[in-house]
Amino acid sequence: MKEEFNIISNLIEENTRVLDVGCGNGDLMKFLQENKTKDIRGLEISKEKVQNCLSKGLTVIEGNAESDLKQFPKSSFDYVILSQTLQAFLNPELVINELLKVGKKVIVTIPNFGYWRVRLQLLFKGTMPVTENLPHEWYNTPNLHMCTIKDFYNFCSSKNIKIFKSIALKKSRISEINKSNLNYKNLDSHLGIFLIES
Amino acid sequence: MNKNIDAKKIIISNPLKLDCGKEINNFPIAYETYGELNSEKSNAILVFHALTGDQYVSGKNPITNKDGWWSYVVGENKPIDTNKFFVICANVIGGCMGSYGPSTINESTGKQIGTDFPIITINDMVNAQYELIKYLEIEKLFAVVGGSMGGMQVLQFVANFPDKAKLAIPIACTSSHSAQNIAFNELGRQAIMADSKWENGFYSNYKLNPDKGLAVARMAAHITYLSEKGLQEKFGRKLQDRDSLRYGFEADFQIESYLRYQGSVFVDRFDANSYLYITRAMDYFDLSKQYKGNLSDAFKETKTKFFVISFTSDWLYPTSENREIVIALNSIGADVGFVEIESDKGHDSFLLDVPSFLKTLGDYINSTYKVINERRI
Repeated sequence: MKEEFNIISNLIEENTRVLDVGCGNGDLMKFLQENKTKDIRGLEISKEKVQNCLSKGLTVIEGNAESDLKQFPKSSFDYVILSQTLQAFLNPELVINELLKVGKKVIVTIPNFGYWRVRLQLLFKGTMPVTENLPHEWYNTPNLHMCTIKDFYNFCSSKNIKIFKSIALKKSRISEINKSNLNYKNLDSHLGIFLIES
Repeated sequence: MNKNIDAKKIIISNPLKLDCGKEINNFPIAYETYGELNSEKSNAILVFHALTGDQYVSGKNPITNKDGWWSYVVGENKPIDTNKFFVICANVIGGCMGSYGPSTINESTGKQIGTDFPIITINDMVNAQYELIKYLEIEKLFAVVGGSMGGMQVLQFVANFPDKAKLAIPIACTSSHSAQNIAFNELGRQAIMADSKWENGFYSNYKLNPDKGLAVARMAAHITYLSEKGLQEKFGRKLQDRDSLRYGFEADFQIESYLRYQGSVFVDRFDANSYLYITRAMDYFDLSKQYKGNLSDAFKETKTKFFVISFTSDWLYPTSENREIVIALNSIGADVGFVEIESDKGHDSFLLDVPSFLKTLGDYINSTYKVINERRI
């Protein structure tokens, strides 16, 4: 978690305006508030988590990214962050489009379903993968649309979404993703982090 | 109701131009304060009361001898901790707890003003209370807070005085009174005016009181403050002090007895004309109309931080109406947090012991106070 926060923080310029979509208990918001910018908001669907965030004095709105991002004006944030949440939406494509409208730049992080540990479970055990990063069983997972680093990379090219930076994370090892190492990074990383713009 | 209220009050000498066109001056504002103002004057919170509230937010209300109306929220070691904050609450104009209202005695006639009192609005109430803040020499409030009609005043306050509060917390309210709410208020007013003792509003001249009408108004309103589930769980079809139906019109059911009681205690503490005037002010409230239909424009000038709160079972000021405020604020990039609190207690949730509400509100106010103070240092 800490590594992901560091990478996200490094992608953000100081004193910019940030929205964390699906901000959970506000850990990333707190981290960025301490390290990068005071001007940070959150959007979260769970009442309990929203209350947690508000209790910490974080500015968070209870709402659903699929319907409530519309209320923010175009380009009203310098960065919009979607950390490990894309796979939980009914319509991830719509959410990405909304994010790209609201944010000048968007940071998306993806739990990589193409990671070899994940692939092996399906290949050898024949069961839906359960890993440290994807701890749910198939019957209780909030994840509706799992994708791989490669899927997201291809999605961006097909939708003409500019990728400014793409970073792969394996445990605490950080590396850049590019066209030539895509297949390898897709196999060997548990998390993909993308900085994109429409 | 013509109690001699020995309330703390100031006389506002500045003329105040009301929305109805009339001007008032040398009028009283009754208020109460709790806690101490710190030397930087940075810990003041102005609380706005709802329709039937008063300035007695916390402690014992000297008129009713009951706990102040927001005792769960304001007091020592409460979410708004009076060990830390200086809390101010004023009786709204139009009210009957010492501020200028229809039961104020007109000195030239020696009689109550009655329905000669001008129609007032939420805007007028807020402008009058601003005079109190000036009198207390508070340059900038830490927060303005209120539920229901108090929340409307919060919104109006920030719209009128965009740089006078660091934090605004409107709770269970709306930016424009809905048809349903106007309808319920009209029902209450008609009940009062249909009482033969109302005498066109000059009942005190005849030593009368339209108690029956006012009680009915309160009973009807009280239903709207609760939720269907809450009522069903608390009362169901339980009978009142009897084993079987009496085949008459006495209060067979507990809910009937409860409402009758609520009506009867209300008339002892509230003035019928005040009820007419204040409900009218609520009905006239339409902040977006004040800004030519664009609610966002009401907040365009402000740097105030907002925290909007609604309750799941509140059907009088439902979450959707509270959300409209959030949407308007978001659309201008204002700093706004929002949560809908889970509660079966209906609109009254903001007045009651709803732990997740009290905790979230208290934690938010305290951590925001800390953050704002740290920034200043």
